[in-house]
Order: sequence, then structure tokens, then C-alpha cells
Amino acid sequence: MRYEQEAGARGRGSEAEIPSDRATVEAPQPFRIGESDPAGTPAGAAGAGASTAGTASTVTFDLGATTVRALNSELHAPSATSYEVLRPQGAHAIAAGVHAPLTIDIRGHAGYYCAGMNDGATITVHGNVGTGVAENMMSGLVRVRGDASQSVGATGHGGLLVIEGSASMRCGISMKGIDIVVGGDIGPMSAFMAQAGRLVVCGDAGDGLGDSIYEARIYVRGAVGGLGADCVEKEQRPEHLAELAELLTAAGIEPVGEYAPGRFRRYGSARRLYHFAAHNSTAY
Amino acid sequence: MTGYPPDPASLGLRESHTFDRATIAGIQRAAMTGVYDIRGGGAKRRLPHFDDLLFLGASMSRYPLEGYRERCDTDVVLGDRNAKYPLRLAIPVTIAGMSFGALSAQAKEALGRGASEVGTSTTTGDGGMTPEERGQSKHLVYQYLPSRYGMNPTDLRKADAIEVVLGQGAKPGGGGMLLGQKISDRVAQMRTLPAGIDQRSACRHPDWTGPDDLAIKILELREITDWEKPIYVKIGASRTYYDVKLAVASGADVVVVDGMQGGTAATQDVFIEHVGIPTLAAIPQAVQALRELGLHRKVQLVVSGGIRTGADVAKAMALGADAVAIGTAALIALGDNDPRYADEYAALGSAAGFYDDFQDGRDPAGITTQDPELAVRLDPAEGGRRLANYLRVLTMEAQTIARACGKSHVRNLEPEDLVALTIESAAMARVPLAGTTWIPGQGGLL
Ligand SMILES: Cc1cc2nc3c(=O)[nH]c(=O)nc-3n(C[C@H](O)[C@H](O)[C@H](O)COP(=O)(O)O)c2cc1C
Repeated sequence: MRYEQEAGARGRGSEAEIPSDRATVEAPQPFRIGESDPAGTPAGAAGAGASTAGTASTVTFDLGATTVRALNSELHAPSATSYEVLRPQGAHAIAAGVHAPLTIDIRGHAGYYCAGMNDGATITVHGNVGTGVAENMMSGLVRVRGDASQSVGATGHGGLLVIEGSASMRCGISMKGIDIVVGGDIGPMSAFMAQAGRLVVCGDAGDGLGDSIYEARIYVRGAVGGLGADCVEKEQRPEHLAELAELLTAAGIEPVGEYAPGRFRRYGSARRLYHFAAHNSTAY
Repeated sequence: MTGYPPDPASLGLRESHTFDRATIAGIQRAAMTGVYDIRGGGAKRRLPHFDDLLFLGASMSRYPLEGYRERCDTDVVLGDRNAKYPLRLAIPVTIAGMSFGALSAQAKEALGRGASEVGTSTTTGDGGMTPEERGQSKHLVYQYLPSRYGMNPTDLRKADAIEVVLGQGAKPGGGGMLLGQKISDRVAQMRTLPAGIDQRSACRHPDWTGPDDLAIKILELREITDWEKPIYVKIGASRTYYDVKLAVASGADVVVVDGMQGGTAATQDVFIEHVGIPTLAAIPQAVQALRELGLHRKVQLVVSGGIRTGADVAKAMALGADAVAIGTAALIALGDNDPRYADEYAALGSAAGFYDDFQDGRDPAGITTQDPELAVRLDPAEGGRRLANYLRVLTMEAQTIARACGKSHVRNLEPEDLVALTIESAAMARVPLAGTTWIPGQGGLL
């Protein structure tokens, strides 16, 4: 089932039924992106019978009234280019496996693996997300306006993932080329075995950062709880400052003042565990 | 070589069982190098195995079927619980997951060719899907491993089934390894790693822990592939009864149980020999778990680890498996350990029949290598034909036994058709010791 965003066609659920499902996440300080509805209120969704002037091409799914299966099967064979998901209710695998350049706005909180394996879509979650948001992303842009649980962008190969709030443990675990920008803090064991890509953290990082890291680059503005095996602080050369400025800008953060690239430190692999050797036995 | 030294036993020397020659060599090697031994292959120690079981052919109390004439079917459907397109295989012998990286591209292609020729499936491995193998495999199972090397949704959608790998029988609880000499540019690029490094793949999945999370992961995989493909869960045999129950609870359509004899491309010898339980001990546990859930034959059981002959296939199925998977035997069929390379094995300090340095990348047979000059030794078409022949023999052998037991389908073989030769195998396989009604250990919890 799917709803064109037309007057009175928002499905069975009315605003009054599940008001708490409407995200009220505020974008944290650094983000200055031109988002028209930072509080996540969809255009024309002020209540049942909302009008949709100017957004007729946006197809709306109300997960209070239809299923994730119906949503995903439409997104995998899309008939439109712009989608809006209402009342996500923390469901899992919302907008997973999209492989077309769609624009998808999820108005509320999502469960596990939201935008999983995204390949080309621009997906915005106007709320918080559970484990594994944009896991194994190939390309595209995923933005979470709230906080994220564990394994943010795990094994991602490409694209940009922005968490405007904070992220829990294992952020960027096993990342393989994805870029991740986190506005707040990240939890322990982040960038574990990170192979490639860049992880930018505007706040603090937890313990065991970059354990067994390969070639990924990590930038942290705040404190680091501790570095994992084979992860070391590295010199910020001009090319690093430049790529960091680019990443911040792409994420919607102006790379000046408090967020100037020079305020970040860079971490990466000492490459001492690249070859098995007896003297490494305690590091393993 | 110029003749061997005399057998020490003929001089009256006695070898210690505790410190036998291999053990002594192991200590000497450790003292010399300071690193543990990493090798390929499976457990080498003698274990209770299918050889310890025998079939009770039909006579008075059972009716046999006519060999070669009366129909004895071998087809199997895998994963019809949830998937729109379950796998429909002509024979119940599949090719287990072996990575591109561990194996050459030619070897992967040969496996696909051989399997397709006889209507069975082959499986990718820890390193992604190559076009050669997809192109040549009619039924291709795509492994979803902790490392997620080369994992991408495009290949996922190209697969015919998805196998979530939790572990391998050779190393339950361990991740993969690929040593630098095998990380060629192509392998490195597929895995997003620097070429030439010693690479260790993760043993835990990066974005889920435990069965409750796995259930959501499986849901995601179904969503991404629009509920079309069967989802397998592969486990290394250890706490098999519980693991199978949890795998099924997590949503597996097919459970793959790999016993400790199962091969590996590169694992520490200490791990291969000392962790996990024999295939024989794992099957009844898995079957019990499925039966208790009311899902035996509904969630299919694929068993691997030391399958060599049609008798092994028949015994695994009689114990309750729906199909088996082979790794090592398939490589041997392609030409691994071929005596014609005797001199080259000797030059590597090994011998035909003993070669297990799959981690080393200098395989004379050109199978477990990324060296282009060695890899061209295996012609994929020719290797595929040999594998197809071997698979046909396994199937005919299993049918021979099934007919002798009066079964019109190999799947109809049952534990009741089996007896055990040893007390250990009777207890593990839960069939009576031959000539008795005694099944040791019955009455316990498991
Ligand atoms: C060279 C080689 C590579 C393997 N690579 C993988 C792998 O990538 N993923 C996996 O799940 N199992 C892997 N295995 C294990 C097989 O899938 C299978 O479990 C095992 O070989 C079955 O036992 P058998 O060798 O006695 O037939 C590998 C085995 C071998 C021999």
C-alpha cells in the first residue's frame, strides 16, 4: 500500500494517534545545512487532511498503516524519485537495499539497518536510528539528524554518512571506503579493523579507537578515550587538513572557528600488525 | 630423490606416541621460528567418523530395490520456508564455500562448471563473488561473512541463496586468514586491503551480536533481496544442538553444520586440531534440535566436514541431513595433491598426499594460489569435468546404498539403517553398536 501525498490521503493514522512518533530531534550546533524543516515536520503534514501543494511528486508511506515490505519493494522498483516515510515507529530495515538516486525522508525514529546497503540514494532520518545505519553503504548520502546506536556505517564501501548527534560503539567498524562524519561523540571500539575511508568525529571518541586499523583515516576533534592495537596519532599534513575541510563542508559543517580542521587530530595505522610476527603476540 | 632411509622400526626403534615425529618436528619448528603453524586442510587426527558406521542392507525384513534399474531419486529443495525461489538441486552434494583469494579464479570457475554440470550449487567465500564463478555457476550461494570482503548489494542480488557464516568446523570461533603471498592486486582490490599484507578476517560480525540481532539481520537481507532468496546459516560444530536451535529461531531457511574435519584455507594447526567436535557427533544434535522445533526437513540441514565418498553422503543423510557439502574432496577432484607434481611437492618440503600449505600460495597444482603461472596449470573446463565426474560417482554410490536399503530416494535413508562399529561412534551417531541394541549415552540431556 502506498499513498500519494494528497489531501486526506495519509492513511488510517492521524496525527493525534501516535504523536510521540514525530521526531523532535534538533540538529546540534555545528550543522548549518539548509534544511527547511529541522524539527522533522513534513511539509503538509500538520494533521489529517494536510495539503500537499508543490510536492505532488513525493510518494508517502505511512508505516503506521502499511508495511516495511511494501515500502522497500516500491523503493527497489521506484515509480517516483522522492519518498517520505511517516511514522517509522522504529521499524527495522527501512529503506534498505535502495539502488537508485532517490530522495527519501524518514520522519521519525528508525530501527536497525536503516538505509542498509544504500547505493545511490539520499536518505535523511529526521530522528534517531538503531544499530547498523547505512551498513555496507556503496554510494549516496545518508543523514541522521539525531543519534545513532552501534555499528554506524559498518563495512561501508562508499558514500557519505552524517550522524548529526552522537553514535554508540563500533562506529565505522570494518569500514571499506565510506566517509562518516559524526557531529557529537562516538562510543568505544570504533573504526575496529577499518580498512579504508574517513571517519570524522566532532566530539570525543571512546576507548579502543581504531583497533587493528588498516588504511582508514580518523579525525577526532575532542578527547580520545584510548587507542586500540596498532592505531597511532599521525601528523596532520596540508592534504589532511584539506580533505577534512572538504568532508566537514560536505556534511554541512562550516570548517571554521571551533570546527576548523586544525582543531582535529588525525589517527591511523602504525602498520605494525600487517605481518604476523612473534613479537606481536601481545598486541594480538 | 635417491632412496629413503630404512624404516626406524626395522631397527627395533620405537616411536613415542606422545612425542611422535610430527610432534617433535612441531616443537622444533616453533623453537626455530617463534610463530605458530598455520596451514590448510582439516583435522588430521583420527576421529570417530562415517567409517565407523555400516549400513544394514535389506534381506528378509526389508525389501531392496534393483540396482541401476529401479528409481532412486536424489533431488533436493533447499530453503523453501520463506524464499520465493528456493534452490532446486539435482543431487544432494553441494560445493562448500571457498574463497577467491584462497583459491585461484580458475579453481573457482572450475568448481562452478563442475557443479553446474550435475545440477548442484557452489558457494562463494571470504573474498566476494568473481564474475568467473557467477558466470559458470547455475546455482551460486553467496557467503555473508564477518569480514564482508567484497560484499556488495549488487552481487547479493545476483546470488541464488545467501549463506550467513558464523563459523567453520575447522575453526569455530575463529576468523579467516590470508597471508601476504596470496594477496595479489586483484585479491587486495576485492577486499579493499593493501596488497601483500598478512590479513586476518574478523571472527565476529560487525553489525550484530547474538540470535536476536541475527534475526533482524536476516530480515534485512530478505528485505534487500525482496524475499526471493533462501537464507542459510553456517556454523562450525561445537554446541550444535543449541546453535541450530538459535539459528532456526533467527530465521535460517537452511542450516549448514560443518564438523571439525572440515577443511580450511589457512588456520592455526592448534585451532584445527583442538577446537570443535567431529561431524559424526554434530549431525544427531542438529537433527534433534530441528525435530524438537518440528522443522526437520522444513528447515534443511546441510552437513560438511570430511565427506569423501558416496557412503559418507548416504550416512550423513541417513542420520538426517538433507544434503552435504564438500570442500577438500572437491579440490582433490580438481587435481590437488596429484602425484604428478611429486617433485614440486618435495621441493616445498611436502609430498603428494600430504600437501596442506594452502596458506602459502605456491600450490603446484595451481589451485590454492594467486600466482598466475601456477594458476594457469588448472584448466577450468577440464577441472570442471573432473569435478562433475566425481560428483556423479558420489551420487551413484549413495544411490547404490539407498537401493540396497530399499529406499526410492536417498533422503529416505534413516538412522534405523545404520549400526556403529565402535562404542564412540555409536554414542555420537546415536545408532546401536553393531550386533547389539546398545546406543551408549541415550537417556542423557542431549
Ligand atoms: C581452501 C578452502 C577454503 C575455504 N574457504 C572458506 C570460506 O571462505 N568460507 C567458509 O565458510 N568456509 C571455507 N572453507 C570451509 C568449507 O566451506 C567447508 O566447510 C569445508 O571444506 C568442508 O569440509 P571438507 O573440506 O572436509 O569437505 C574453506 C575450505 C577450504 C579447503
